[in-house]
Amino acid sequence: MDFVHQLVQQLINGVSLGSIYALIALGYTMIYGIIKLINFAHGDVYMVGAYIGFAAVTIGNLPILPALLISMALTACLGMLVERIAYKPLRHAPRISLLITAIGVSFFLEYTSMYFVTPTPRTFPEVMPNISFNLGGFIINGQQLLILSITIILMAVLTYIVQKTKLGKAMRAASFDTETAQLMGVDSDKVISMTFCIGSALAAAAGVLVGVYYNTIDPLMGIMPGLKAFVAAVLGGIGILPGAVVGGIVLGVVEALVAGFLSSTFRDAAAFAILILVLLIKPSGLFGKNTNEKV
Amino acid sequence: MNSARKRDLVMLIFGLVLYGVLQMMISTKIIGSFWELNIILICVNIILSASLNLINGYTGQFSLGHAGFMAVGAYVGVVATVKFGLPLIAALILGAIAAGSLGFLIGLPTLRLRGDYLAIATLGLGEIIRIVIMNIDYVGGAAGFKGIPHLTNFTWVFFAMLLTLFFIKNFVNSSHGRACIAIRENEIAAEAMGVNTTKYKVMAFTLGAAFAGVAGGLFAHQFYLISPTSFTFLSSFNYLIMVVMGGMGSITGSIAGAFVVTFISAALASFPEARMIIYALALILMMFYRPQGLFGYMEITNVGPIKKFLDKISGTKEAVT
Amino acid sequence: MFFSKKKFKLASMIACGILASALFTGCGGEQGSSGGEKKAAGDEIVIGSNFELTGNVAQYGANANNGLKLAIKEINDAGGVNGKKIKIVEADAKSEAAEAVNAATKLISDEKVVAIIGPAVTANVIAESQVATDNMVPVIGPAATNPDVTVENGQVKPYIFRACFIDPQQSEVMAQFAAKDLNAKTAVLYLDSSSDYSKSLGKIFKEKFEADGGKVVMEEAFLAKDQDFKAALTKIQTANADVIFVPAYYEEVGKIVKQARELGITAAILGTDGWDDSKVIDIAGKDALNNTYFCTHYFEGDAEVQNFINAYKGEYKTDPNVFAALGYDAGKMLVNAIERGGEDGQKIRDNIETIKDLQVGTGKITMDAATHNPIKGIVVIETKDGVRSLRTKIAPEG
Repeated sequence: MDFVHQLVQQLINGVSLGSIYALIALGYTMIYGIIKLINFAHGDVYMVGAYIGFAAVTIGNLPILPALLISMALTACLGMLVERIAYKPLRHAPRISLLITAIGVSFFLEYTSMYFVTPTPRTFPEVMPNISFNLGGFIINGQQLLILSITIILMAVLTYIVQKTKLGKAMRAASFDTETAQLMGVDSDKVISMTFCIGSALAAAAGVLVGVYYNTIDPLMGIMPGLKAFVAAVLGGIGILPGAVVGGIVLGVVEALVAGFLSSTFRDAAAFAILILVLLIKPSGLFGKNTNEKV
Repeated sequence: MNSARKRDLVMLIFGLVLYGVLQMMISTKIIGSFWELNIILICVNIILSASLNLINGYTGQFSLGHAGFMAVGAYVGVVATVKFGLPLIAALILGAIAAGSLGFLIGLPTLRLRGDYLAIATLGLGEIIRIVIMNIDYVGGAAGFKGIPHLTNFTWVFFAMLLTLFFIKNFVNSSHGRACIAIRENEIAAEAMGVNTTKYKVMAFTLGAAFAGVAGGLFAHQFYLISPTSFTFLSSFNYLIMVVMGGMGSITGSIAGAFVVTFISAALASFPEARMIIYALALILMMFYRPQGLFGYMEITNVGPIKKFLDKISGTKEAVT
Repeated sequence: MFFSKKKFKLASMIACGILASALFTGCGGEQGSSGGEKKAAGDEIVIGSNFELTGNVAQYGANANNGLKLAIKEINDAGGVNGKKIKIVEADAKSEAAEAVNAATKLISDEKVVAIIGPAVTANVIAESQVATDNMVPVIGPAATNPDVTVENGQVKPYIFRACFIDPQQSEVMAQFAAKDLNAKTAVLYLDSSSDYSKSLGKIFKEKFEADGGKVVMEEAFLAKDQDFKAALTKIQTANADVIFVPAYYEEVGKIVKQARELGITAAILGTDGWDDSKVIDIAGKDALNNTYFCTHYFEGDAEVQNFINAYKGEYKTDPNVFAALGYDAGKMLVNAIERGGEDGQKIRDNIETIKDLQVGTGKITMDAATHNPIKGIVVIETKDGVRSLRTKIAPEG
């Protein structure tokens, strides 16, 4: 294989890996956008989504599509529940307390799951045909293509919701200034709840798709992807939907290129280094707008 | 000799008495080796949480990379004692210098970032430090550094802790500390008042990192083997939890936070499956009922009766903190 | 400069305080030495289980712990040892070296255990070994295959044992297998750079394979818990080697094999005992695992391991993996040592050292007193269309 061929194949690998980060980052960035909370529990919501999908497929004997929808619905409820129970009472508390609560929720979801499903990883049965396409020597996996298209469709749908619908307008208003929005007749609590609902459903979709694609799920599966998705969201400009997708794909491509041409061991280090560099040059991320802070 | 200094001495004496009592209990085996180990861990964690508090609580710079600096101190320390045969004190100082210098180098560019951006940048830097260590075969790489002499004991950690606490307390109460607090309260206003914000942010960050290095050195010489798995971002979270649980901007809080978190973890050791669940619930409930942490901005030396007592001893009427 | 009268007073007070505490220390030292005696309580023998029950290697620790619990349950159901029941006290090593020391200290000082089984991962066993040695509590590390676990500076650690073969044996077998049976001339190493196990296996494989006339043409690495290996695999593909050696654990291995085949890599993929879990087949898929070989401690089709496999399935409703099997073996070894008159740490240690032809879950083992490694056979297993078959069996040496 010559260099160009390898480079193209690595780009394909990178984009497909990045699409997974992007899918998780979408939910992350929405939630951050509205309450400015680094929701460390997002990766674990993703894990719970994967387990619900797994249960629907193995115990409920459902095909993948209903399993995916059930998982998204139940996880959306879980997300709203978490918000209602753990985050809402702290809305006026210092932000750092909210962050610690998010870490607490994260530990709670991880270890409660571990208690019930044991730390042993589970394997998804084959619910989706796994076809690889060979396009002129380049290998593209069908499932990853699916994940990428779902990510892009979801991004488009979400952008539409946020930019064009009434709910979206309310979200933007609440994100800009929760209290003023409330004065203007926006039911902020409901809007925040809806955001968690959508964000968690997205995480569940990612969880099930990743579970099917990589074939294993375990109670701690959310930690690293959660962190990477957060990095992706910040890279793209946190709170901005297309930013999350671009950030995810950039991250995936950087990782693939570093692993392919330098050394896999420094892959994660390179991902963080890129993040820091981008932040130093453009502190609000690739797509972020610079805002001047006022006293 | 002003009253503040007298109060310091009173606290020092209190510390020494505490040391004497604990040391006696350890020596007479009233405290078994498990709890002795955990008392040592508590002291190490107090150093870590107090130094992180300097960055997060007093200066308001959200850092999530403390475990990385601890790792630097730990590895430099063990290289000093194992490879170069230096005594522990030299190892701790070298570890502190190494971690502090790295903190300075990292802090200078990254502290321009604010809030969550700084958090993710420092988290990333902590991970980079860990990954780099994992790839240095000279210090054992992923396998960890084996054969570390057991040099840390209760006396070492206790006095290192005492030193850290006094240093941080005096720093915070100095004009430098005031500048740091001004930055926390409002960076732009502080700048407008003529505070060189970059200088003080980097200063706090460097000092915090250096003390984390000391803690790392003590930690490393306690456990015979250190491996990069002990310094993941989850450990950084753990130190942040101690700081927030105790109270951002309170040294008493850092002590309490480190004590509570380490103690809960040790006390729940008999219930391995439920340990993390209970810990998580405790964390969430704690944030519900006391989002500002156990002590908030308060110091134990300022609590009613204790303050009166201290004032009486040091012979002052007005509060000098 | 600052020497006021009051300060002098304070200084003398401090001096008194230090003196007093030093005095106490002196007294304490004498008392401590007389009071440090351990005894098994009444009709129970307490042993410690120190496995990684939380954290990122919890899956391995939990499986080994299950194996151990089964072994102890069997003996207790059969009436116990010499009329006494064995009680397991669990502690959590939290997948971290420092926490393994902490847990071992708790087991030794608070629970007064006579012996400790675990942890699963090499580094954690090495970390706890000093505490155990100082307190004369024997340790059996069920799955710690690194040579350094039982040996330090060329000397065997008196209280540390293992229930498995060591890395050089595994790598030697696989290197020879690659060179002789598969006629491989070139090899790629694909290692888990976060794991000591993987790195040391890779290093020894390289030595042996090159001694047998082969050449290692590329070394790549990944990190435990990675999901996507395609970038490195694409690079590995360019090396066009005859075999790829992946000494790693089953979760990653399954994904690596799957993704390698997807990218069109057809070379033989070799591995070690970390592969030994039927989940590899579920993760990678049947077709992908064709032309893969790994070595392990036992073959599931062997007659002598059926008892263990059936008992494990009966207890946990799932197939045992290698960690469960070795945890079980470690439990059996300890029970044997206690049976032969081991009441305290010292005696148990002596008895573990003299284990001979003991039937455990995975076969018969004999302890080598010089190295504290059990002498046992190695099997090389081939997977074809999702079915495992025994390729070669290397009998124990000596």
